[in-house]
This record gives sequence, C-alpha cells and structure tokens, in this order.
Amino acid sequence: MAPKLDPIVGRYVHAVIEGVPHRLYFEEAGQGIPLVCLHTAGADNRQFRHLLTDPEVTRRFRVLAFDMPWHGKSTPPDGWEKSEYRLTTQSYTAAIRAFCQAMELDKPVVMGCSIGGRIVLNLAIAHASEFRALIALEAADFQQPWYDTTWLHRPDVHGGEVCAALISGLIAPQSPPTSRHETLWMYMQGGPGVFKGDLYFYRVDGDLREKVKTIDTKVCPLYLLTGEYDFSCTPDDTRRTATHIPGAEVTIMKELGHFPMSENPAKFRGYILPVLEKIS
Amino acid sequence: MSPADRFAALPELLATDQDLLRRGRWLSVEVRVEIGAEPFFLSISEGALKGFERGARLMRSTAFSFAATDEAWTNYWQPMPAPGWHDLFALTKRGVASMNGDLRPLLQNLQYFKDLLALPRGRS
Repeated sequence: MAPKLDPIVGRYVHAVIEGVPHRLYFEEAGQGIPLVCLHTAGADNRQFRHLLTDPEVTRRFRVLAFDMPWHGKSTPPDGWEKSEYRLTTQSYTAAIRAFCQAMELDKPVVMGCSIGGRIVLNLAIAHASEFRALIALEAADFQQPWYDTTWLHRPDVHGGEVCAALISGLIAPQSPPTSRHETLWMYMQGGPGVFKGDLYFYRVDGDLREKVKTIDTKVCPLYLLTGEYDFSCTPDDTRRTATHIPGAEVTIMKELGHFPMSENPAKFRGYILPVLEKIS
Repeated sequence: MSPADRFAALPELLATDQDLLRRGRWLSVEVRVEIGAEPFFLSISEGALKGFERGARLMRSTAFSFAATDEAWTNYWQPMPAPGWHDLFALTKRGVASMNGDLRPLLQNLQYFKDLLALPRGRS
C-alpha cells in the first residue's frame, strides 16, 4: 500500500536578519500566489498544517509557513545561550522581510495570527507596497494585558505547561477537543523564555495605536478577522483598530478563539476561504 | 440552586474524575475559593480533596484564594459559556474575579485548577 503522505514539504532556508545569519525552517504546499503564514507567540508553523493541506487553498496559493527565529525547528542564532530573547517590532519585521527575500517571493500575501497579526499591521504601516494583501488574525493596535509574563520563565514553574494552561482559555469552548489539545501541545514545546520574549513585542514595544492611522488600504488591502472568544485581542479591540484604517475589512468569527487555524480548522475555513477568494 | 450550592458538589465531582486526580497527583495545598459572598476551604492532597469546608473559618490560613461574583460563576458554569465568561482569566480581566496570595501553586498547576473550578459546568 502506498504511504499516506501530507502534501507538505519542509525545508530550511538561510537568511540574514539584522546582520545575523539564521537558518529558518519552513513548510510549504501549493502553487500560485505566495501566502506567507505567521504563527502565534511561543508556537510554531504547525498551527497552519490544515491550511497547507487544503486543496481549495493550495490550488491557488503557494502557502509557506516558517518558524520564527528561536521557534520550532528554526535554529537559534549562534551564541543564543549568552542572551535573553526579546522580539521587537524592528526584529520581527526584519525577519519576515528577510524570509520573503530569501525565498524570492514576488509580492506575497502575509497572514499572521496574534503577534503575527500585530506585525501584519506594521507591515501595512511601513512596507505595504511589498505585499499583495495582508491578513491579520486576532489583531489590534493595542491590547490590555491580562497576566504577568514573569510567570512564563522561572525555574519553579514549568514553562511549557504554564504557557499552555494560560492560553487554553483563549480557545473557544466549541472547538473540537483534539484540535484544542494539539494547539496546547505546541505551546508546551517552546524554548525557555521564548513565549515571554515574544510578548515583549506584544506588550512593550509594539503599541501601534498612532501609527495605524497612516495605513493606506488602497496600496495594500487589509483584512482583520477575530474570534468572538478571544479575550486577549477582543472583537472590540479589532473593531476599534479598524475605525482608524479606512478600507480595512473586519470579520468577527463566531465560535472561534485566539487560534482559529489550529483550534477549529473546519470553522476557520468558512471564514478564510472568502477572503482568499477576494485576494486571488 | 445557588452558585454556592452547585460548588458544594465539588468533592463528588472530583472523586469521579480520574483524569483530573491523575494530573493533580503532585499537588498538595490549602486554597480558599469564594463563590459570591460564601467562602469554601479546600484541602488538596495529592490532587484529591482531603478536606472541603463551607462557610467562614476564623483565621484560616491558605496559600491563595480565588474569588468571583455569583454572576461570574453562574455564567462560567453554563454548558456553553458566552465569550468573556468562559475562562478564569477572562473573569479577572473583566473585573468580576480576583486571585490573591501566593500564586505559585496556582501557576504551577494552572490547568488543574482551571479544570477543577470548571467541574460544576453544565451540572445543576
């Protein structure tokens, strides 16, 4: 019997980000318009595996999901052991642009979730002309913090388990248990302090409340989709953000939380396919 | 049935949840849970309830407490809770619940406590 294979190919690409060599892991499937997917804080590209195996998507899009530096199977930079990881607006933006350049992508679509959604807003602010369209999932220009991130990295609390337990509440109660626990499993596997380092961008460095007013959706269309059960980035946070961005399209997704693509792939599909249809 | 009456069934609910007992096997701690105005004192030993007392106790010491309003617990325990009422941290963020004391045992066993306090969900 022939092996049952996912149509996903995983490879490594070398890219220089802010002068530092990186070896980034990515997975891809499909052909057509490049669609670069950005995972959430403290996670990795596995969150997009259902999108990568959806023929409705991959017949028109070349879907690429890379593990951010320090995440998943991307090799941390040489000397990582001598530093504390901290993501910034500048370093995150540089990583995305470096990946797109290293892969020689021509005006890709970028879709990011959570911190990936926030940085998509910065791409719209600073680099809109480089992209065909931008999709921000669970994104806002600012969100009210709801826990102390110092609990995420200390020797007396298991980092993976506390990260997963904290974010478990952001998953909608209607999401299938298997998808819920697969999403949590990924959170249990982040490197020490990586989730906390990502949230530096989210909480401290990435306040975009003034800058989003400069977004011009005529240069690059912007779509905002947020799950109704996301109490980290609430629907009101997304709606408030959109009021400052003429032309931005907002969708509030019923029975979904902060991880739509992995917590309930079937439900998310119903929301993202129409957006991709418009873009293609 | 009041929210406190529903919570009073916690010992029976936990005793029949073998998975939660297994996951809590490393945990022994004293906890105060407030259901509206009514305090409960939980003595957790290796994940099981060794003691469970309802009502005020003079000078009872606990590691930490978790308190929420009757409205919060009522909504939290809906079979399919509404957005913003479905997680302990959603409750604290909206200002209808609070946690105090030494939060280390809570964070060390966070999923256990989330699931423990959700046991009355959907049961009346």
